[in-house]
Amino acid sequence: MSALLQVRNLKTYFYTDAGVIKAVDGISYHLQEGETLGLVGESGCGKSVSALSILRLIPNPPGRIVDGEVMFEGRDLLRMTEDEVRGIRGNRIAMIFQEPMTSLNPVLTIGFQIGEALELHRQLNKEEAREEVIRLLQRVGIPDPDRRLDDYPHQFSGGMRQRVMIAMALSCNPKLLIADEPTTAVDVTIQAQLLEIIKELTSRLGTAVILITHNLGVVARYVNRMAVMYAGRIVESGPAVKVYGHPRHPYTIGLLASVPRLDQPRKKRLIPIDGQPPNLIHLPAGCYFFPRCSYRLNRCSYESPELTPLDSEHLVACFAETTV
Amino acid sequence: MMKENVTKAYSNERGRVREVFRRLFKRVTALIGLIIVLIFFVSALLAPLLSPHDPLEHSLAHKLANPSWEYPLGRDELGRCILSRIIYGARISLLIGVIVISIGVLVGVPFGVVSAYYGGKVDFVIQRFVDTMLAFPGILLALMLIAMLGVGLHNVMIAVGISTIPVYARLARSSVLAIKARQYVEAARSIGSSHSRIIIKHLVPNSLSPIIVQSTLHMATAILWAAGLGFLGLGVNPPTPEWGAMLNGGRLYIRVASHVATFPGLMIFITVLGFNLLGDGLRDALDPRLKT
Repeated sequence: MSALLQVRNLKTYFYTDAGVIKAVDGISYHLQEGETLGLVGESGCGKSVSALSILRLIPNPPGRIVDGEVMFEGRDLLRMTEDEVRGIRGNRIAMIFQEPMTSLNPVLTIGFQIGEALELHRQLNKEEAREEVIRLLQRVGIPDPDRRLDDYPHQFSGGMRQRVMIAMALSCNPKLLIADEPTTAVDVTIQAQLLEIIKELTSRLGTAVILITHNLGVVARYVNRMAVMYAGRIVESGPAVKVYGHPRHPYTIGLLASVPRLDQPRKKRLIPIDGQPPNLIHLPAGCYFFPRCSYRLNRCSYESPELTPLDSEHLVACFAETTV
Repeated sequence: MMKENVTKAYSNERGRVREVFRRLFKRVTALIGLIIVLIFFVSALLAPLLSPHDPLEHSLAHKLANPSWEYPLGRDELGRCILSRIIYGARISLLIGVIVISIGVLVGVPFGVVSAYYGGKVDFVIQRFVDTMLAFPGILLALMLIAMLGVGLHNVMIAVGISTIPVYARLARSSVLAIKARQYVEAARSIGSSHSRIIIKHLVPNSLSPIIVQSTLHMATAILWAAGLGFLGLGVNPPTPEWGAMLNGGRLYIRVASHVATFPGLMIFITVLGFNLLGDGLRDALDPRLKT
């Protein structure tokens, strides 16, 4: 079975006055049709940039995709013309952003904004688009859709706006949905509702999902496979059950230990990871996690570990993996 | 049921326009501004019907006559009806305002939007050009252009219009710069919108309210400038009634017959105030975020 999306050695750098920021530094992963992949890591580790790179939405200047390929349905998105990519955006690959408060245009009605993708990619006329928008709003659980589509974004709460964004993203039945921290900006009760909606609709449409998050609880519940990113690289990837249950990279272990779990005694202390993530302009010579790692070996300081398979699915980039 | 919704959509379209007016009417100052502006427009359009006398008919026997029932605002230095001349003068002022703003907005805004959206070299070239134009005081630039083009109403309008272009280019650029970094622009790109679609549907409408406000305020400035140039004798040729020229004509008699200069000056003041109040009110009414 060939993968729906195959990212190989993707490198996205930002050229600033202070130096070159290696936001994404050679990552590779793949995604099967209908599969959900969780992209996990702390702020600034390159999760969002790697997702924006897929659709070539990196602001240039200062950003540039310097190397790699992104094969989607057998074609390299990075080598397409601007017009071809435009035909894919919103149509075959859609995106949901982190901030529902700012990702809708305040002076246009939500009906117009959802209808935009329909007009662009499905050539519906005004009336057809309107009926379709009502249907979409119904699907994401917005009450009274035939009235609410003439409302402006400010008349919706954060959770409702994110539902609008989901409706917009799924309007053209995309093959791939990139959800960039879709629940970070809304409160906990709404988070669960939104994730359920995304899960239900994408599984009904057979849409594959890349779920970017720093919430490990979300990962455990909603993704098939996960990839853990650190300083622009993937340090561990594999089926969510394996990575979550038996993490093999010191960073993944640290991440999981720093999150409270319901199945552990309440008195148990959380263990933070010491230190700060590295400066992406002046990266350490060897393993990027070396300065903070409690399992480090001598060679970690000058040699950078490759992502190597432990079994057919579980990959980890660590020299000390056997001792972990 | 679906058919009903569709027809409702079109009535909602009209409903939005009505909504803007409703909010405009709720503010007393905006309403006053609107009334002044409407009176101004009506008197400009219906001047022949509204004016009690021929604005050009003179009578030296009655020069500088005080206001009376027949001549409510009195007569000027050539015995012409001041009220009629003011009503006819509104035509010139309206024409100047509309042409000047049109030149400024239609040329300035596209340059500003393109400059901000594409950035880089395009932005650099356009902005250095704008800087050069802004370096001159507006009235000086207009005077210079009149010196090149020659005296006359058309040239005054073109000159003042050109000198407002950099203002609109800057204004449009700055509001687009603020907007283009917003996530909804990125979201629009992520659904496959083209550059031109993003500019027309997302950037221009969101940057429009400062431009609308600026243009109503500019309407006031343009009338003032035209009056100023008329005062200097660079605008319309006598005997065409024009507020600035009338002010200039009455200047000599300010001690003996103050009404000759006072009424045209008052008209300029009230009209400018009206446009300012309307501009302010429009800014609030057009912003859907302030909707209550």
